[in-house]
Amino acid sequence: MKEVFIEFFGMQNPNVRYVVLGSVLLSISSAIVGCFTFLKKKALVGDVVSHAVLPGICLSFIVTGTKDPFMLIIGAFITGWLSILVMDYIVQNSKIKEDTATGLALSVFFGIGILLLTVIQHSGNAAQSGLDSFLFGKAAALIGKDLLAFGLIAIVILATVFLFYKEFKLICFDPDYAEAIGVPVKKMEMLLTSITVMAVVTGIQAVGVVLMAAMLITPAAAARFWSDRLSFMLVLASIFAALSGVSGAFISYTTPSMPTGPWIVMVLSLIAVFSFFFAPGKGIIIKLLKRRKIQMQLLEENLLKSFYKIGEITEDFKAARSNAELKEVRRFSSGQFREGLNRLAKQGFIKRNNGTWSLTAEGLQKGRRVVRLHRLWELYLTKYLRIAPDHVHEDAETIEHVITPELEARLEKLLEYPDEDPHSSNIPYN
Amino acid sequence: MNDLIIIVTGSLVAICCGILGCFLILRKMAMVSDAISHAVLPGIVIAFMLGSDLDSIWMLVGAGLVGVFTTFLIEFFHRQGKLQTDASIGVTFTWLFAIGVIMVSYYAGDAHIDQDCVLYGEIAYVPIDPIITDSGSVLGPKALIVLSIVLLVILAVILPFYKEFFLTSFDPAYAAAIGISATIWHYLLMSLVSITTVASFESVGAILVVAFLIVPPATAYLITTRLHHMIGLSCVFGILAAILGYYIAYWIDGSIAGAMATVAGLNFGFVFGWTQIKKARPVTSPPISQD
Amino acid sequence: MIEQVQNPALEIHDLTVSYDKKPVLWGIDLSVPKGAIAGIVGPNGAGKSTLIKSVMGLVPLSSGYVKIFDEELNTVRKRVSYVPQRESVDWDFPASVLDVVMMGRYSKVGLMRRLRKADLEAARYALQQVGMEKFEKRQISQLSGGQQQRVFLARALTQQADIYFMDEPFAGVDAATEKAIIQLLKEMASQGKTVIVVHHDLQSVATYFDWIIMLNLRLVASGPTEKAFSQELLEETYGGKLTLLTEVGELMKKGQYPTREKQ
Repeated sequence: MKEVFIEFFGMQNPNVRYVVLGSVLLSISSAIVGCFTFLKKKALVGDVVSHAVLPGICLSFIVTGTKDPFMLIIGAFITGWLSILVMDYIVQNSKIKEDTATGLALSVFFGIGILLLTVIQHSGNAAQSGLDSFLFGKAAALIGKDLLAFGLIAIVILATVFLFYKEFKLICFDPDYAEAIGVPVKKMEMLLTSITVMAVVTGIQAVGVVLMAAMLITPAAAARFWSDRLSFMLVLASIFAALSGVSGAFISYTTPSMPTGPWIVMVLSLIAVFSFFFAPGKGIIIKLLKRRKIQMQLLEENLLKSFYKIGEITEDFKAARSNAELKEVRRFSSGQFREGLNRLAKQGFIKRNNGTWSLTAEGLQKGRRVVRLHRLWELYLTKYLRIAPDHVHEDAETIEHVITPELEARLEKLLEYPDEDPHSSNIPYN
Repeated sequence: MNDLIIIVTGSLVAICCGILGCFLILRKMAMVSDAISHAVLPGIVIAFMLGSDLDSIWMLVGAGLVGVFTTFLIEFFHRQGKLQTDASIGVTFTWLFAIGVIMVSYYAGDAHIDQDCVLYGEIAYVPIDPIITDSGSVLGPKALIVLSIVLLVILAVILPFYKEFFLTSFDPAYAAAIGISATIWHYLLMSLVSITTVASFESVGAILVVAFLIVPPATAYLITTRLHHMIGLSCVFGILAAILGYYIAYWIDGSIAGAMATVAGLNFGFVFGWTQIKKARPVTSPPISQD
Repeated sequence: MIEQVQNPALEIHDLTVSYDKKPVLWGIDLSVPKGAIAGIVGPNGAGKSTLIKSVMGLVPLSSGYVKIFDEELNTVRKRVSYVPQRESVDWDFPASVLDVVMMGRYSKVGLMRRLRKADLEAARYALQQVGMEKFEKRQISQLSGGQQQRVFLARALTQQADIYFMDEPFAGVDAATEKAIIQLLKEMASQGKTVIVVHHDLQSVATYFDWIIMLNLRLVASGPTEKAFSQELLEETYGGKLTLLTEVGELMKKGQYPTREKQ
């Protein structure tokens, strides 16, 4: 295993070099273009184009009779563009909706492509063999000439994005505003479409028709979970794409029966699913952790509130309380009860002395604050929202945990530092 | 005889897809059907690995589940992850399709499923793959029988619940308000799409089944004003594509399924062109008065 | 000015509704008497449509309950009708006017059953009531905005319900339609039916409605129009922006706080 690893990453073998470089180049260029189509909410356009290039490739072969990559790419480029024009024309001139037009263009162009391809294959022309590699990709069999074409196209794409970064960003974010400040929106969209078609035409040779959509969409979707900024998103998407490009090439190098393209997509998808669960801020697991943290906050604050309320009744806030006394004020599940008290003790808000608990100065202050916020919010609801006094308690039970010190100050000022809540309970200040 | 079997098979695909496709495009879910047709691949490969040919029915059931799972996954990414729908569709189906292709490569040789078949099927093989009972008598071509069963299932679901499908497609909020849950009908429709896809898979492949699901209904949509007319007409357009497609493929020696999709596309082109011309000269349409 | 009534058609109790944890309606408490034509008014984003949708069970409630004729919605669903916003559906749908109006009979007919002649006659009668009987065969995309709204109204009428919830039935309709609709609503009210309407135009409130509900994230007023429709309350509904409330809502969304603590 280790030898294979060294052999692969040493890149002594020119074949390995071609495959790795080729995969990485086109993964990155599709990922970057994909970020823009993703943000324009046109993610599936890449899917249409990738199916629509097939008839172009076949026609180009029929006309020129050769498999020269540049000639094939020109043919592919033309039908790829045509499919987008057809789609837009149908949507603009009939009641057919965008999703239907997308599926229609995709399947009809592909059907024509398959028809032409099989006709060529059955014609007995020996030069045709290998045309079908466009269907499934042939990343593992990339050669020098392919690499040259990929490299050139990648440079064109990157240069275009670099030059028109501002404009692209604007037409993705707010095309109306872009129009208003004099950006040639139509031209910029055409330019963006052109580089999308270019990225597809090259990418398809590595991963094939169906999976090409993933090369555009998946890195962008994954990167979106980690960042709200376009520049950072572009960088991340490129990194994800490059990583999958190398991994795909490596897997099919170690196990020759494994296809490179599907593995690139597989790795990409796993990165996306990972981001989906674990990305900070937007990931599902992170959200669950956050929810748990909030539950703990609610538990702790509710416990401190109970201490304070007993204190109010007995007019002694710092005396020791037994578990039973605390549970009388408010019901807690016994597991939570113990966990909450232990956490509070650890944080120094309460002290433990032989089975009873007492508030520290900090605990008293915090408990008092929660009670104050509760009562202030009840008063706010009755005064400003006209909610009946007997309906405000439950709402305040939540909001008492949400209000920030800044909002608290404004609430106090707005209500003019009131003494009593709607139920005539005293509002305690420090 | 073989011509007839191929044409009948193609027509069955066209009818199944024509019926379901109308609901799909009216619900703006055309691309979800595209996603399902690709995503069932891993399910099909597993079925090929596990069972003999006679387990077709179980394969259909499995496919129904995979299709529903795909729909669920797309919605899960969309709702929980706040991923926009188009991207959610794209990420989901390419991932499942990649898994399928990897499985195909892994088991290459063990099963008679290859990559070409996945994409554009081989309807020409339909007549030579018959179902033979244990006693040795030939029941008929497998694809033909399976597709007939699927058509019966579709009719058995759509006909009694036509008005529920109609209402939930047009106005799901009102449906929910009068106590008809849109979710059940949604998932039922998606299961039907999945089993149709799988049943058509060997004949026309994953992408051309999409052509049958979307193109004839879209053509019919342009020129009809009632749902049941749209469904009927889309079946007619589908059958037309199947027949003409077969003869064109025969004539120029190309893929039959590819030719059928091409004819369906041409058909759409003619109808679309005709409506454009009619729109340019609106003299014939009756004026709409206020009262 | 929040007036509660005895034996109401609609009762909303301590209702809070949140989208993605952010409350868009806070603690709504109101009741509407039987036979009223009630208007719900308030600025954009005040939660008017949300209120109707939550009554119809189309959005989940974070707290509180809704009762119609003192029952849960599910037990009285057949007595309740709903007219969604006109823009909420695709009017290019291949359906005729009659097809759409017949949908109002679906819940009466039940699963798997076909529509009967009586349903057809009920639909034709409803079309007559809204003055659309000549259009029953027409495709719905060929109707004007006002005519589409009349079709939606006819669909609700065929349900022969006792309470109707209408989401902006006067939005984008011609003057003749507006007049016809309000005429119809008044007739319905005189037969003892209750109609609750989301409304935009303050000019017509006093003449259209006998009950008014003023909303802006919270309930400002609910009562007979002559009492509740005052300058002061209008200013409170449209002017007084409760920035504190909005900010607390944002904080709840950001922290994903539960709207109600589990007891």
